[in-house]
Formats: sequence, structure tokens, C-alpha cells
Amino acid sequence: MIYLDLFLGFLKVGCFAFGGAYGAIPLIRDVVLSCGWLNEEMLAYMIAVSESTPGPIMVNLATYIGSSQAGFLGAVVATLAVVFPSFVIILLVTALLKTAMKNRYVQAVVRGLKPCVIGIVLATGVYMIFGNCFGSITAVACNVRAIAITAILAASMLAYKHAAKKKLSPILVIVISAAAGIVVYGI
Amino acid sequence: MNILLDLFLTFAKIGLFTFGGGYAMISIIENICVERKQWITHDEMMNITVIAESTPGPIAINCATFTGYKKAGVIGALVATLGMIVPSFAVIFLVSMFFDHILELTIIANAFKGIKIAVGILILDAAMTMMKKMNKKKLPRAIMVFSAMAMLCINVFSWNFSSISLMLIAAVVSLTIFVLNGAPDQKGGEKA
Repeated sequence: MIYLDLFLGFLKVGCFAFGGAYGAIPLIRDVVLSCGWLNEEMLAYMIAVSESTPGPIMVNLATYIGSSQAGFLGAVVATLAVVFPSFVIILLVTALLKTAMKNRYVQAVVRGLKPCVIGIVLATGVYMIFGNCFGSITAVACNVRAIAITAILAASMLAYKHAAKKKLSPILVIVISAAAGIVVYGI
Repeated sequence: MNILLDLFLTFAKIGLFTFGGGYAMISIIENICVERKQWITHDEMMNITVIAESTPGPIAINCATFTGYKKAGVIGALVATLGMIVPSFAVIFLVSMFFDHILELTIIANAFKGIKIAVGILILDAAMTMMKKMNKKKLPRAIMVFSAMAMLCINVFSWNFSSISLMLIAAVVSLTIFVLNGAPDQKGGEKA
């Protein structure tokens, strides 16, 4: 049943989403692609929409995927499932297990999880950029337009960081990429 | 005003006006909940950010649950968390109803082809920021490098192995090594 699949899928994401929204993206990608809910293309679009609309990115993604698969009720189920684990854990930690997070064994587990999440996010980013520019490993082909946009974005981010001493905000990166897409794919 | 209503409206406002999620929200939550409303203390806010770092889920949700619980128990936690979710739920639900239709416009479709490229770059950028803040000891580094290679292979060769299994392996490895070392006390144990 789709509601149960959505609930369990996003519950799993909610339980393992360490390291904020970007840590959750590889997990959501796993669930969404293995269930065949969205293709890689639509998922990337939705990540961008979630970045540019208010609220936590994870919640936005859950709402959209739920809604696209099973309408309003699907959206409710997926959204509640993705927040449920952190809600329960924070209640437990603040109400009952005040010292749980300081427990050295818990800390040892967390010390293993964090670098793993970083590695997973790193691999996902590299794989997505490679996929955009060169296609899949079985059919390598240079996508000149995508390479051009990648270069434009990387150059703007580096130039801004150098000039303003802070990072270009993700929303601005998305705005620039949209403009670049309209120009580069329009000609 | 009724505290429950106040919690709901305050977090709904935070949810509606913060873009980009995560750390952008912390400063706004701090400004409203600590300084203006004085619902929680500065120290509590610091504590909850540290806990949020080591627990799963969106950090904004963690803050809402915690503040709601402090002010009005479990019901308060529920109301504050729902307040945080409702605005973004409404916005995304509206977007999802007509998203397929706007993609039929060539100019929007082209814009999204560009945006798709930005997403990959943003994810890589987030990973690099996390790497800079990472514990520089050998074990976390080894776990990071191994996880990255494994995840890359999983993606490239479409192996049937989930990232969650990878995380479970990393947790078990870290715990095992910790126990084999005689469970030593960690200095600055929060950092990892």
C-alpha cells in the first residue's frame, strides 16, 4: 500500500538523517529511486524547489514526494513520518534521558556516523555533477552545455567568496543557475 | 495570549519566513525564543544545538520540539513542531499541484536544467563545509574516505546497498574500535 510505503520510507529517512538537510538528501534519493517514485531529474528539481521555498528542506521534500505519489493524504503521511523520529528522540532526551547524549558509547556511535554521512554526501555530490556533465559510466558523453553551466556556477561561487569573504547563498546559486539554464539551453 | 496558540503562531512564523533550512534558522529561533519571548535561556539554546548535531532530523524541528516541551510539556512540543511544519507543508503542497504544468513551458524547463546542475554543486559544497569542521583524527577520516568510495561505487555500479546500511556499518566499526581501546574518556567528546 502506497501510504504504508511512504510512511516507512520516510520514517527510515527521519531516523538516519544526521547532518541536516544535505545529510538527508542521499537517503531520500535512495528511498525515492528504489521505490521508483521520482526519477533522478525530477528529484533534483524538487531539491532546488525545497531550497527556494521556506521551511526545513527535509520536510519540503517529504511533502512534495508524498503529494506526487498519493495526493494530500500522502503528503501528510510522508511529512509526519520524516519528523516523527526526531520529535520522539528530542522528547526522550529532554524529558527522560538527560545524560544519554553524553554517554560515551552513544558518543562513539555518533563519532562513527558523522564522518560516514560526510562521505556519503561527498560521493552523492560528485556523482551528480559527473552525471550532469558526462552522463553515466556505461555511456560517457560530454554534455557541453552542462559543463558550461557548471563552470559558470563554480566561477561565480569562488569569485563571490573571494570578493565578499562569505559564501554565496544557496538561493542565489539557484537563481544564477536558472538564468544560465535559460541562456545556455535557449541558444 | 494562550501559550499553546503563541507557540504555534511563533513557530509558524519562523517556518514561513526562513529559507534554506538548518543553520539559517538557528539565529532566527535564537532571536525570537531566547531574546524576545524568553522561552528558553541562551545556554539551553546552545545545548539543544549540540544535541541536534548528534540526533537525526531537521535542526529546526529539534529546536521547536525542545522549546515547546519546556514551555508546555508534550502538548506544547507537539503544537510547536506542527507550527514549524504547517507553513512549508502548505507552500510545497500548492507548488506540487501545478509543478508539472509549469515545466511544460520551454523557458521554465530550461531554467530547471540549469538548476539541476546547481543542486549537485550545492551538495558537494555542503560536503566540503562539513569536511572542514570534521574531526581530523585518523579514524573519522578513514571512515569518511571509505564511506565516500563505497557510496560512489554503489551509485556508479547501481549496487543494491543502501546508504543506511553503510551508516550502520560505520557506527558498529566506531563502537567496536572504541570498546577494543578500553572505552577511553574523550576530550571534547561532543566533537566528531
